[in-house]
Amino acid sequence: MLLIYCPYCEEERSELEFRGAGDAHIARSTNIAAISDEEFEAYFFLRENPKGMIFERWRHIHGCGRFFNAARDTVSDRFVKTYKAGEPKPDLHPAPATAATVETYEALEGDAQ
Amino acid sequence: MRKYSVFAVVREAMRGHKGWEAQWASPEPRKEYDAIIVGGGGHGLGAAYYLAKEHGITNVAVLEKGWIGGGNTGRNTTIIRSNYLYEESMDIYEHALKLWEGLSQDLNYNVMYSPRGVMMLSHNIHDQQSFKRHVHANRLYGIDNEWLTPEQAKAYCPPLDIAKTARYPINGAALQRRGGTARHDAVAWGYARGASDRGVHIIQNCEVTAIRRGPDGVVIGVDTNRGFIGAKKIGVSAAGHTSVIMNMADVRVPLQSSPLQALVSEPLKPIFPCVVMSNTVHAYISQSDKGELVIGAGTDQYNSYSQTGGIQIIEHTLDAICELFPMFRRVKMMRQWGGIVDNTPDRSAIQGVTPVPGLFVNCGWGTGGFKATPGSAHLFAHLIARGEPHRLAAGLTLDRFRTGRLIDEAAAAAVAH
Repeated sequence: MLLIYCPYCEEERSELEFRGAGDAHIARSTNIAAISDEEFEAYFFLRENPKGMIFERWRHIHGCGRFFNAARDTVSDRFVKTYKAGEPKPDLHPAPATAATVETYEALEGDAQ
Repeated sequence: MRKYSVFAVVREAMRGHKGWEAQWASPEPRKEYDAIIVGGGGHGLGAAYYLAKEHGITNVAVLEKGWIGGGNTGRNTTIIRSNYLYEESMDIYEHALKLWEGLSQDLNYNVMYSPRGVMMLSHNIHDQQSFKRHVHANRLYGIDNEWLTPEQAKAYCPPLDIAKTARYPINGAALQRRGGTARHDAVAWGYARGASDRGVHIIQNCEVTAIRRGPDGVVIGVDTNRGFIGAKKIGVSAAGHTSVIMNMADVRVPLQSSPLQALVSEPLKPIFPCVVMSNTVHAYISQSDKGELVIGAGTDQYNSYSQTGGIQIIEHTLDAICELFPMFRRVKMMRQWGGIVDNTPDRSAIQGVTPVPGLFVNCGWGTGGFKATPGSAHLFAHLIARGEPHRLAAGLTLDRFRTGRLIDEAAAAAVAH
């Protein structure tokens, strides 16, 4: 279970309070009826599925109820940053911290103190 | 390849089991192959096997990043069934089921296919209407599926609690008697042995790092951690990592990868005669031949390659298992693991050509790819050999998300399957 920092509540809370809401920074076309099938497919069906840094929306549904964005490493599941909706996409390195499967805390953080 | 038989067992028993040979070879990669398959799971190994056996293409390599069958092939709950709603799905899953029925004989390898029946529980009116629709659609299409009353369900699976006061009461069930389970490792090993015997190279610990294309855009091979390997045809069958591989050829696929968990209990004496699935409360359970209860949980709500998954997901499933089968409340769970599943927006698989000439893809089997293994592999081999899909897989195209011809099993089942 993830620990997620809500940028509105300014607090780390359990994943149980949150609902994942998919890719962030997707702009709906302003003339959706006029776009081509390829553009509609890209907008509606194609999602980033990176092994590494992902930018995604979360909703603090059992808390403040607000949507915010997060940058997370999909190999370690570690949140690098959460930020308020409307803020620009942060410039972060896309490669994962490690390519190997992370099964323990120590693998990512070093020896537990 | 020495044939496995009862006589082989007796012969080896007489001489201290010294005569068993390695099941597949581990050769050095050649510079060039007629076809490369990326991903040494059941689907990839099976495709190589059928390429060699049915299409006479033996100059084939299967490249596997880890060890064969170590991904989702070795991480699933081994459920086999073909009672899907849409014709495109029924075609391929029924094709697979028919191959399952003769697979041990075909491979000369005991895959332990056990048609013990898959029973899907209905908990409410919506379930009942939906399952009956499935039953009718399946029977019209020649696939066995039948509706059971709660009492009939209890007779088929005695541990089931059908009390009206149960937390998750049952108002019936759909039963596919030909459904069941098989031994997942044996599927990978059996295909590997059969393919290797026909000249296919199985290359483990070989990670593809790039797909190379010629000036005309056609694939010419792959870069790997063991150097460049040439091929005019590349089939990608990499399950949860398909997006990563396809990005190397600049092809975006409509997949999202997330962890799906399963767990097994301590071994028990034979107590559970079939496979039971409850989509509504999300629990799958069967008992392996070793005696462990094999339990399937759900996917996490976020994209991940972590092969772990959250504790609340398995807790939710175990809660449902304990309510449906009160006798299992004090059973201890022994192991838990996660696999990375590649889900498509309509929850149906993708198998077909890609915009890149010579590059073929088999992916999107999501949470239910094991059951499709022989069928998918058989049809993927046809696709790679002929360059165009087999009739039974013709609907599973990559471009259906552009044309709108979705195969919406997601809406049909309303859950992962």
